[in-house]
Amino acid sequence: MTASAPNAQSVKIVTKNFGVADSHKLATYMQRGGFTALRKALAMSPAAITDEVKKSNLRGRGGAGFPTGMKWSFIPKEAKLVYLVVNADESEPGTCKDRELLAYDPHMLIEGMLIASYALGCKHAYIYIRGEMMREAAIVQAAIDEAYAGGWLGREHAAAGGLFKLDITLHRGAGAYICGEETGLLNSLEGKRGWPRLKPPFPAVKGLFNAPTVVNNVETIMNLPEILTRGGEWFAGIGMGKSGGTRIVCVSGHVVRPGVYELPMGISSRALIYDVCGGIPNGRALKGLIPGGSSMPPLDASEIDVPIEFDALMTDARIKDVEVKPGVPFDLGGGRKLKTMAGSGGVVVFDDTTDVVALCARIMEFYAHESCGQCTPCREGSGWLARVCRRLASGEGQAGDLELLANIANGIGGNTICALGDAAAWPMLGFLTKFRGDFEAKLRIAGAVRAVVNKGAAA
Amino acid sequence: MPLEFSPQSKQRIEGVLSRYPDKQAALLPVLHIAQDEFGHLPDEAIELCAKTVGVSAAHVYGVVTFYTMFHREKHGRNELMVCTNISCMLRGGYDILHHIERRLGIKAGESTPDGAFALVEEECLAACANAPMMICGQDYFLDLTPAKVDAILDDLRKRWRERQQGMAPVRTLLGVGPGGKV
Repeated sequence: MTASAPNAQSVKIVTKNFGVADSHKLATYMQRGGFTALRKALAMSPAAITDEVKKSNLRGRGGAGFPTGMKWSFIPKEAKLVYLVVNADESEPGTCKDRELLAYDPHMLIEGMLIASYALGCKHAYIYIRGEMMREAAIVQAAIDEAYAGGWLGREHAAAGGLFKLDITLHRGAGAYICGEETGLLNSLEGKRGWPRLKPPFPAVKGLFNAPTVVNNVETIMNLPEILTRGGEWFAGIGMGKSGGTRIVCVSGHVVRPGVYELPMGISSRALIYDVCGGIPNGRALKGLIPGGSSMPPLDASEIDVPIEFDALMTDARIKDVEVKPGVPFDLGGGRKLKTMAGSGGVVVFDDTTDVVALCARIMEFYAHESCGQCTPCREGSGWLARVCRRLASGEGQAGDLELLANIANGIGGNTICALGDAAAWPMLGFLTKFRGDFEAKLRIAGAVRAVVNKGAAA
Repeated sequence: MPLEFSPQSKQRIEGVLSRYPDKQAALLPVLHIAQDEFGHLPDEAIELCAKTVGVSAAHVYGVVTFYTMFHREKHGRNELMVCTNISCMLRGGYDILHHIERRLGIKAGESTPDGAFALVEEECLAACANAPMMICGQDYFLDLTPAKVDAILDDLRKRWRERQQGMAPVRTLLGVGPGGKV
């Protein structure tokens, strides 16, 4: 396992303007070297930019970690009309990075969108921002207006690939977690319910308004100016393995200093909790953590030496396999086993006083609430998981409930149009695997209470 | 009686429609504008929005009921969205929610009889590092304690009363609210 480059500790890319006064204003952004990367990009051919992004090993920061350059290259070469859509619908529990990025540095996002749009041949790009983020929407809209007034948007630029002009429209959602799923987002942007679409066709072939479309996360796009400025190789070099660049982690829960941190890609959960965030408060001990938003299986306290990096969390032997029943690993398909994933970078830490079953029940209630209702396994199954989990947490569990939970989760995973079903099933199985003792203790309590009640009734 | 948009709303809608190649795509923005103007979205507002973007009222009804931010019923003016998802739960989100319920005398999902407040138990609102937290309008209220909540409720009620009496100061779009930080 390669460690991060020695200087990686100090490298800040997407958060480099955090803390600067008026960082959301165009003048501040220009003073700090803004739009020089765009000038460099416009002197290159669109294909050369895509190559640079491929070389950088930039991976999607929304959760899946898909290589960005490869995603771009799926756009058909002959496409006349292409859309870029920025996913700013951040709603994965435990994730709070995009909201800060939008508020502090909207012009870096706009510059990144200009670079991406030029590379993709997009003339009108959309930002889909979460409906609840009203203030962030106002900040981003003000930045877009400034960029129009400053001639960056809505005006033709001379470029190596011919004249290039971009319009950007900010589109507000209206409260639905599922719209963070890229095809649900596209339907929502088209004025429909945010129902995910059956794939294929993938958005790269048939996306927004039936045109080839790339959907990228805010943080992904904001890395582009630095990649253009310092080169793809530099970006790949400060990363780890096949993951280029830095990583933003949002640490919440039981740590002394929760926060949003831009850190070297290969940092371990241990270093993150104890060095960066000051450890667990009140002299308590670590019980476990969720490494990448509530959709991801948790880690227990013995698994925290693994780097929080896309591939490491999926494959490192120090992380236990998630099981369907004790001793039987969950199969992701083709014999691949599920460990966990880096997801959206939302790290939720919990100490040894935490009622893990209640925590898991709250996660299941979230997915039951947010299931869009299209697929039966997810619509019904997420509700069953929530109800069985909640009765266990309240000390009313019944014999066989743990097997029931595992069976329901196994019936959802892989059987739905989008990943929301998996997002409910995986943490359920993960919590059952890593914290089985806590679930069994809840069952024992329920059994003991029932015995007393029955004895009272008999007397 | 059929509803009509005000001239200001009509102007906003015109601007919105010019940003999409397909009129239907403007539905969410148009619904936001309608709710801004009418406070909630009764049948008449749904019909108006359907006409505005050229789709059926049935389609608009399906969209309105899919998203949690659109309200079919009259709704308290200050909508308190309190997060109780895991990051907030681990740091006392439910204590905050129950404290507000006691203070306002309503349950989550209800509005106060005077229309000053609506209380909503929300899913994750993307401010996990500052848990527990809530949103009211454009303002994020972070790192909450019961004492902080009391001060916020008092301030919101005072401003609501002033607005009722027509003496409320106009708030700037980018203004930072009490306790809020970017």
